[in-house]
Amino acid sequence: MTEQAMTEQVDQGRRRLLVAATAATGAVGAAFAAAPFLASWQPSARAKALGAPVEVDVGKLEPGAMLKVEWRGKPVWVVRRTPGMLATLKAAEQFLLDPNSDGSDQPEYAKNETRAVKPEYLVVLGVCTHLGCSPLAKFTPNDVTVSADWPGGFFCPCHGSKFDLAGRVWSGVPAPSNLPVPPYQWVADTRVLVGAEGAAAA
Amino acid sequence: MASNPVTTSSAPAAPGIDDVRQEPGSGLWGWINARFPAAKMLKEHVTEYYAPKNFNNWYLFGSLALFVLVIQIVTGIFLTMSYKPSAAEAFGSVEYIMRDVEWGWLIRYLHSTGASAFFVVVYLHMFRALLYGSYRAPRELLWILGMLIYLVLMAEAFMGYLLPWGQMSYWGAQVIVSLFGTIPVIGADLQQWIKGDYYISDITLNRFFALHVIALPLVLVMLVAAHILALHEVGSNNPDGIEIKKKKDARGIPLDGIPFHPYYTVKDIYGLGIFLTIFCAIVFFAPTFGGLFLEAPNFDPANPMLTPAHIVPVWYFTPFYAMLRAVPSFAGTQVWGVIVMFAAIAVLFFLPWLDKSPVRSVRYRGPIYKGMLAMFVVSFVALGYLGLQPATPLFTLFSQLFTFLYFVFFLAMPWYSRIDKVKPVPERVTYHAH
Repeated sequence: MTEQAMTEQVDQGRRRLLVAATAATGAVGAAFAAAPFLASWQPSARAKALGAPVEVDVGKLEPGAMLKVEWRGKPVWVVRRTPGMLATLKAAEQFLLDPNSDGSDQPEYAKNETRAVKPEYLVVLGVCTHLGCSPLAKFTPNDVTVSADWPGGFFCPCHGSKFDLAGRVWSGVPAPSNLPVPPYQWVADTRVLVGAEGAAAA
Repeated sequence: MASNPVTTSSAPAAPGIDDVRQEPGSGLWGWINARFPAAKMLKEHVTEYYAPKNFNNWYLFGSLALFVLVIQIVTGIFLTMSYKPSAAEAFGSVEYIMRDVEWGWLIRYLHSTGASAFFVVVYLHMFRALLYGSYRAPRELLWILGMLIYLVLMAEAFMGYLLPWGQMSYWGAQVIVSLFGTIPVIGADLQQWIKGDYYISDITLNRFFALHVIALPLVLVMLVAAHILALHEVGSNNPDGIEIKKKKDARGIPLDGIPFHPYYTVKDIYGLGIFLTIFCAIVFFAPTFGGLFLEAPNFDPANPMLTPAHIVPVWYFTPFYAMLRAVPSFAGTQVWGVIVMFAAIAVLFFLPWLDKSPVRSVRYRGPIYKGMLAMFVVSFVALGYLGLQPATPLFTLFSQLFTFLYFVFFLAMPWYSRIDKVKPVPERVTYHAH
């Protein structure tokens, strides 16, 4: 092709197609190249291993007492509820936003009246569903540091959210849902495995 | 370099494209300029950048922001030399800097005070733009670049605040990262991706350190360069809000323009003197600034299992924090507060198109705009105060009121800026010789 022919017969359509095809190929390549970097932000193998289930022995837990264990850097509470504490659950229902836990996060086996596999033992994440603070245990009824008509439960000091003794949220507080229940299963009479679920859990 | 050998015509030389094409001159300066446009850039951006002659003291904060950026970069580099970005060592290494490193306390206090000073000068710089309509056409992109700087600055400050790994560092980060968790569907996974773990851990700290010391500063410096280039392309606005480029002399120089150097370099150095007097007084005598610049709970090491009684972000975030808390949860999610908070920042980007006033400067605007601007300032400051207080029902009610007024200022602007009575704008800038 002579120089003259080159300048006179530029196929603009072909040129645009080639530029578009090259750019598209480049974009796909860039996306593939970005994938490993984005994936590197996922929890690493070590972080996953450290996030493994935790076994808790509740044999020495007295009725009405609470045990805190760490699972994945979050406090997990195990509360051994007395019959009196379980009785407050019905009374508290008038205050609650989601008494049946329909809009809350828990395994299917903990979506019941006591939000537990064994009604006596509440296993719940001690992380406020508002912005992740850790609520305080305020088990004494009529505790004036919360309110005079307080039936007993949990109180978040950050923004004032209230929860009953099954971790169910009150209405009219910033937290939108009940305290989440982590997956757990009873591996023996007094031993619970937090973070794992299997046939034994059902 | 003041006696530039390039210029052969009688002084003062007229700027223009001819100058650029002239012989580069002799000596080392000439040798450089034959290979790199040093003299050309110096002229364009410093010695022959014509700024309006009627700048007042509101115009000091741009150069001060640049100066604080330099303080932050220099002190930051020296802090990284002694800081350890790991959950086990971070808190201890900050104490090590404070107690054992020679002058370490000074370097850290310069950096921590510099963070607050950065927001002080940036907020005043932005308010200047509101006063004189500096965001109006043709300066929309200049304004947007400035807003991007503000966004990156907030991200930079947030990530930097995690690094001392104190209780407030930890739980402040917990609250902010949880904001992403409120996004429907992808929230939980996104939050885990940001943390790189199931909770804010050593991994998160290490990651935020990388972003704080290299990624975000790089973006920040590039945005600042783009901001200045955009400014020098369109030219500076001024307290009268009129274009000085409309009245030029025979040489094409604005009649009301004076070269940035020496006139404004000298003025900015004077402003810097006043700034440094206040800044150093805080660094030496009140580095915590009553708990506003460095919060007392941050002198406790981070504890993921124990939330402090009252979480407060640093003062420069509190207006937005108050908005976040003002909005109740609705339909089983509390994403609404997050949306309102981000909308409060996003709405600023649209300011150039919301303002329909025929004049730019507050000097020639009518009573409605002045009232609205006053209301906006009161709302912003009040929200800043409310964000520091516990969320009692009364304070929440006030937060809701001021959040509403904050948005009224912006969203009603297309209407009230049009109907407001304006005064006639002068042909030339108002200026009184000193």
